[in-house]
Amino acid sequence: MLGATYSLVAIGYTLIFGILNLLHFGHGEVFMIGAFIGLQMVLLTNCHIVIAILGSMVGAALLGLIIERVSFRPIKKEYHLAPLISTIGVSIILQEIGTRIFGGDIVGFPKTIRLVIYKIGPVQVTSVHLFILAFALMLMITIHLFIHRTKVGIAMRVTAENATNASLMGINTNRIVSMTFMISSALAGAAGVLVGLVYNAVSPFMGTEMILKGFTIMLLGGLGNVMGAMIGGIILGLMEVFSVAYLASSYKDAFAFGIMIMILIFRPTGLFGTRLHEE
Amino acid sequence: MFSSYIESILIFNGIHIIMALSLYLPFSAGQISLAQAGFMAIGAYASSVMTLFWGFPFYIALFLSGLLSAMTGVLVGFPAIRIKGIYLLLLTLAFGEMVRVFFLNFEFTGGASGMGGMDLQTNFVNVYTIVAILIIFFYRLSKSRMGRAFESMREDELAAEVMGINIVKAKLLAFGVGAFIAGLGGGLYAHYVMYIDSPKFGFLLAVEFFVFVVFGGMEIFWGPIIGTTLLTLIPEVVRFLKEWRMIFYGLVIVVLMIVRPQGLIDKKLVDDITRYAKKLF
Repeated sequence: MLGATYSLVAIGYTLIFGILNLLHFGHGEVFMIGAFIGLQMVLLTNCHIVIAILGSMVGAALLGLIIERVSFRPIKKEYHLAPLISTIGVSIILQEIGTRIFGGDIVGFPKTIRLVIYKIGPVQVTSVHLFILAFALMLMITIHLFIHRTKVGIAMRVTAENATNASLMGINTNRIVSMTFMISSALAGAAGVLVGLVYNAVSPFMGTEMILKGFTIMLLGGLGNVMGAMIGGIILGLMEVFSVAYLASSYKDAFAFGIMIMILIFRPTGLFGTRLHEE
Repeated sequence: MFSSYIESILIFNGIHIIMALSLYLPFSAGQISLAQAGFMAIGAYASSVMTLFWGFPFYIALFLSGLLSAMTGVLVGFPAIRIKGIYLLLLTLAFGEMVRVFFLNFEFTGGASGMGGMDLQTNFVNVYTIVAILIIFFYRLSKSRMGRAFESMREDELAAEVMGINIVKAKLLAFGVGAFIAGLGGGLYAHYVMYIDSPKFGFLLAVEFFVFVVFGGMEIFWGPIIGTTLLTLIPEVVRFLKEWRMIFYGLVIVVLMIVRPQGLIDKKLVDDITRYAKKLF
């Protein structure tokens, strides 16, 4: 269940990385702000959770656009570490803004979905979990179709392949970059609300942990590989649950990082094999 | 000499400079590392164990924990022989996090409750003596054979190898010595705050050092020193902004990257200043 929300964050990472060759450190904070937008919508207007998720997606997309305009576009591309550092700056700013506006406490989501527990054999599934899984899968299918079937999606893939050639073919690469930021931020926003629902907790510091998980999943699936990110997220989610069940829970993070190092050494293209990114 | 508030800021600044320089060394050879916080943790824990449990004198413990950290650094250097760029960044990040989780679960050093009770050994004089030694070291390095080898590797690794530079040796050396310096920083830190626990040495700390170096500029070793000093002092100087000061800090980073993506201090600036200074005298 959790894996599906991890996938949403990781898809955003991988889209941005694939197209811009940039590790976006502010992405975790977009995820956090998205969660808060959803939470506030439910608290203030008492609307349905689906509307709240859509609202947070729109909000996060706008935030993504602002991040791109302020901290990515003005920076010269010859220095490949500079945009990375400026996204770190953005993440500091966003985390502080989150703490200032929403307070440093962990807030729970009000109950909007009636809790029903289903039993499938030995497995217990709640209605909240099913809702999250369904919503995340729906988003993933949409994004997959978008990237592979629409004109903009194809333009995005071309830009990822070779930005210079893409702009020679008449693609407005600047616009594609903005679109990428918006789409991946919207996904992160949705994931924020969904994760908030699972744990029933939203805090300004939830983004940091997500950054690390996003990196791990991105590696697992292969850098820039959207399909890999989807499957990688689900694998990591399952792995976490099983390692808590069968190993000591405090070692679960070490386990994930150990796998990350193994993959880097033995199979840097990720489990599903994509091209290597030099640079 | 100073009020205790200013002295503590200056000591932290010194420790940060040591850490930034430890990161600068692999950087100068073109190796990006986010493992420095992990090396710092190793240095901090090892030196504390030596002084606290085994009764070693502080300076010997500091040196030995630096060596231990250097050995782990060489271990991390081995995969770096093959792995490059963004993959190396992620690898070192994963290593740093593994160190953190290891100390979180290692009962001998207190596990999750951390380790405390070290004597206050670190003071203004010994921190800045080490900083001064490092400055001399980096100055000499930049004129030496190995320093030039590092520089050529940063510019173009393949070309450097063709020119007869032993890439494997240079990379392992860069990681090892960098980790040694980080271990020293960790030991000094542990004997100043007198209480360490593993969450302190997480991913965010590594990122902080990384920001210091890139902010200051990575072409020349003055960059990390000045970058660190500015970024350590800014949050203190703008205390009047109260809760908005970290936002200001973030803004400074973003704006500098837009205006000077190569960092605050680059070779050209240093050359210009030297030429100007020579003209004066």
